[in-house]
Amino acid sequence: MLKQEHSIEVNNLTKYYGPVMAIHKVSFNVGKGEIVGFLGPNGAGKSTTMRILSGLITAKSGSAKICGIPIASSPDEIKKHIGYMAENNPLPEDMRVVEYLYYRGWLKEIPRNQLKARVEETLDLCDLNRTARRKVIANLSKGYRQRVGIADAILSEPEVIIMDEPTIGLDPHQVLMIRDLIKNLRGKMTVIISSHILSEVELYCDRVIIINQGHIVACGTSESLCKEFIKKTTYTLNLKGNTSDLDSLLKGVDPELEISSSLPDINKDYYDLELTTPNTYDLCEKILTRLYEHPKFRVREIRRKVPHLEDIFLAATRRSWNEDIPLPITKIDSRKKNNQKTVVVE
Amino acid sequence: MSHFICLLKHELRVLFIAPSTYVTSVIFLLLMGFIYILILADFTLHPHNNLPTEYFFQLYWIPVFFIVPLLTMKSIAEERRIGTLETLMTTPVTVLEIVFSKFFAAYLFYCLLWMLTLTFPLLVTLTIGSSAMTVKLLDPATLLGGYTFIAISGLLFISIGIFSSSLTRSQLVAGMLCFSILFIIILGVPALRTQSIGWLEWMVGALEYFNNFNHLEDFSRGVIDTRHIVFYFSYSTLVLGISVLITESKV
Repeated sequence: MLKQEHSIEVNNLTKYYGPVMAIHKVSFNVGKGEIVGFLGPNGAGKSTTMRILSGLITAKSGSAKICGIPIASSPDEIKKHIGYMAENNPLPEDMRVVEYLYYRGWLKEIPRNQLKARVEETLDLCDLNRTARRKVIANLSKGYRQRVGIADAILSEPEVIIMDEPTIGLDPHQVLMIRDLIKNLRGKMTVIISSHILSEVELYCDRVIIINQGHIVACGTSESLCKEFIKKTTYTLNLKGNTSDLDSLLKGVDPELEISSSLPDINKDYYDLELTTPNTYDLCEKILTRLYEHPKFRVREIRRKVPHLEDIFLAATRRSWNEDIPLPITKIDSRKKNNQKTVVVE
Repeated sequence: MSHFICLLKHELRVLFIAPSTYVTSVIFLLLMGFIYILILADFTLHPHNNLPTEYFFQLYWIPVFFIVPLLTMKSIAEERRIGTLETLMTTPVTVLEIVFSKFFAAYLFYCLLWMLTLTFPLLVTLTIGSSAMTVKLLDPATLLGGYTFIAISGLLFISIGIFSSSLTRSQLVAGMLCFSILFIIILGVPALRTQSIGWLEWMVGALEYFNNFNHLEDFSRGVIDTRHIVFYFSYSTLVLGISVLITESKV
């Protein structure tokens, strides 16, 4: 028997809601034990993909497998292998936390002799045992509700965990706790998380998948995506002096170095400058040495800007808009005569 | 099966801890008690050929109109509205188990409420203590037939409530829809039957068959005919089957 390498395999997945395209030919794989961030602007198709992966809705075409099991032909079977935390984290209001977890444990077919231990362990992991164990869910704060949702997702120790916006609405302490919790799952469970908090995703995800207008526009580690999407190196410079002579001075350091913006500081004598170059090597020291040779410039700060996931996300989604994705969004409306095509854009 | 039992326990628990259930029960028992007193009062004033229990069961439709929507309107509509139906369906539970658990929970509670009305004749006979009265009020054939009809017809009424709840996210719309459908099948069909002399003559047979009061007639005399049982079982199975399909398609 072949060794199962991917926990999630998605191949050319397409879904339409009536005439409206949600996702088109989405393909990606997620390795066993990997934590993957699934990013995209609102309405990009994140939740649709996640709902298909959890067996809630069916795709129009394409295939998706969870732990090697095709979702379309065995939707009930894959539910034994996943833990799902839905967007907005819906919970029954009138149950106590511990009762809810026991109820979910029964439904998730956790053996009776292991159920108590699993519930207790999950309560401890999500820091619910001390404060919220016997509380009615309706009386819980947003943060605690999120914890209950995460506890439910990891309760049966599934091979794949799908989380739709798990850290939304949490305070920094709770975000830290959830971050540690997700980090602890690395290697044990495959986690796919959709989120808008890009700094969070950057911190705990091994890889990111960016989706826009129903298409995968980027997939890889932060470093590889940075190389692919961020073609310029940016430096920020705070200095005092006449900036009109600066351009020629900087050309001596790197002929391609340009001043992209120059704004006066709050302290009027100083300027905040942004320098860009297509070259990737670090020029901070060279710029600094050059400026020290000219006493009319007084440098207060120089910094190379490290591109964040946010920059990659913006670049990737912007590029997909600029490239004007080949409208797979075209769908022939058979009701119309003369072979007219109806173009539907999400 | 284990999922079904777990879901049923959960649904019953939800029903028993909800204050609205107790409000519904109190309203139901007050109304039925009032109807029972009115029937007894009428029996003391005028001679009647039938037993008071028969008249009592003939008015079964009055509580059905409000109790069935109140018990069932929340079941699927509310779960879909808050999204818990979605999370439920990401567990290895089938839609059939979800719909049937909700149906049986509401049905068991409906039967329990009706069983509580058995205390009315018991209380009257205990208070008055006359043996002639006991024979008339606690006639086993009428009581058995009447309660069997309530239990069998309840299958259909509750399934209609579940069906209405599966159609919408709004409890209010589900309740109103349930009331309307119950009104049509309980009072609309006999009303149409009375009008079916002219252009509706071709429908007489069907209308007679779907008239709930015709089915009640045999039961209230203590005759338990399997034809009626088959009718209600098949009718409710059809309605529940459609509810399952709707719930599955609308996640």
